[in-house]
Amino acid sequence: MNFKSRNIVSIWDFTKDEVEFILDSAEEMVPIARGEETNTALSGKILATLFYEPSTRTRFSFESAMKRLGGSTVGFADPSGTSFKKGETLADTIKMVDAYSDVIVLRHPQEGSARLAAEFSSKPVINAGDGAGQHPTQTLLDLFTIRQAKGKIEGNKIVFVGDLKYGRTVHSLAYALSMFGPELNFVAPETLQMPKEVVEHVTACDTKVCSGNKLEDFINDADVVYVTRIQKERFPDEAEYQKVAHIYQIKNTLLQNVKDDLIIMHPLPRVDEIAPEVDKTPHARYFEQAFNGIPVRMALLKLVLGVS
Amino acid sequence: MKKEFKVTPIQNGTVIDHITEGMALKVLKILHITGTGKSIVSVAMNVPSEKCEMKDIVKVEDRELEPRELDKIALIAPNATVSFIRDMEIVKKHRVNLPDMVDGILRCSNPNCISNKSEPVEYKAVVTNRDPLTLKCYYCDREQEDVVGNII
Repeated sequence: MNFKSRNIVSIWDFTKDEVEFILDSAEEMVPIARGEETNTALSGKILATLFYEPSTRTRFSFESAMKRLGGSTVGFADPSGTSFKKGETLADTIKMVDAYSDVIVLRHPQEGSARLAAEFSSKPVINAGDGAGQHPTQTLLDLFTIRQAKGKIEGNKIVFVGDLKYGRTVHSLAYALSMFGPELNFVAPETLQMPKEVVEHVTACDTKVCSGNKLEDFINDADVVYVTRIQKERFPDEAEYQKVAHIYQIKNTLLQNVKDDLIIMHPLPRVDEIAPEVDKTPHARYFEQAFNGIPVRMALLKLVLGVS
Repeated sequence: MKKEFKVTPIQNGTVIDHITEGMALKVLKILHITGTGKSIVSVAMNVPSEKCEMKDIVKVEDRELEPRELDKIALIAPNATVSFIRDMEIVKKHRVNLPDMVDGILRCSNPNCISNKSEPVEYKAVVTNRDPLTLKCYYCDREQEDVVGNII
């Protein structure tokens, strides 16, 4: 399977076989990501990281991934000191960075920016989040985490809980999971339910879907619970936010009758959706999930640079 | 009985018939016919029709429009037919056929799409369904709302 020079813009651009190939490649990267083995496959290669929006895990893990493979990075974590402030278009910035690097990672507040960047770059562009649009490497690391914990993705009952309306990670993940055929349960207050088009798409892919608003009705049968933060900034007014804020809080008392091998995931950062006491239970997978960003991004960097 | 024409036949040029009623001005907009050229342009709106209750008609004299350009009007007038006229005879008929990708004639209905910012790109949309018509923005992947209202 050849990924050389390919852009990683949307999870929709991948087939199931391609996703599985990436996850297999990421598996091989784990000892290097942990620092147990050394590898210089990307020595001499430069990754440009253009982060027009704040990021902790995504930026750090891309930089760590590149450096673990012997490559180096250039870029910015805040556009205020760049030509962006002088009104430079993204297209012009990309044409310039194209000459300075071998692969470009972009996070940008406008949806569609990664697709546009790919048009102006001769080097592969990896989307690290474009507004409320796509964040394909997050989706891949989520799939990797489920497969790693459960041995396979299909056959699991996966509960999504929290802000399912605005959270970009849950939309992309639901689409991606529909390739594999697990059962999906969507738990959210009425105003934050999964958008109709996502439900229609996954249902059309023969994925069994159930929706509700009480986590207690779903959690005891679940194999995976994927929690998202209810994002205050998405609400038009404070009163609307307060109606649903803090509605789901996972504490140890809620986990008394769950399956022994239930895993709890969260793209992070969390606020109060998961109590810190849960971190010590065997169910907590969110920090492992955050770590998995490194092997998955290592695999992608190697693949798009055509380095075996 | 003498047949009365609401819009008189043309000697040479292009006739776009069976335009969805009320859409003639949008058709002109898509085809960038602004009235500033030398061609005589006739527009008839809400004309009684046998095929459908009402239709619009556009006639552009002394100019044969490009079929590829004309196909774009299928966005708003999927049943339109185009006739090319030479010496008052129809020399060619063309039924509009929407291309798989539409470019340059719309703006994305997502205000936060990068194509709505000051970038040097023309908007592109992928036709995901023809009946009913659904378009997806090439850049932001969003399904497009209010296609007619977003014609540039």
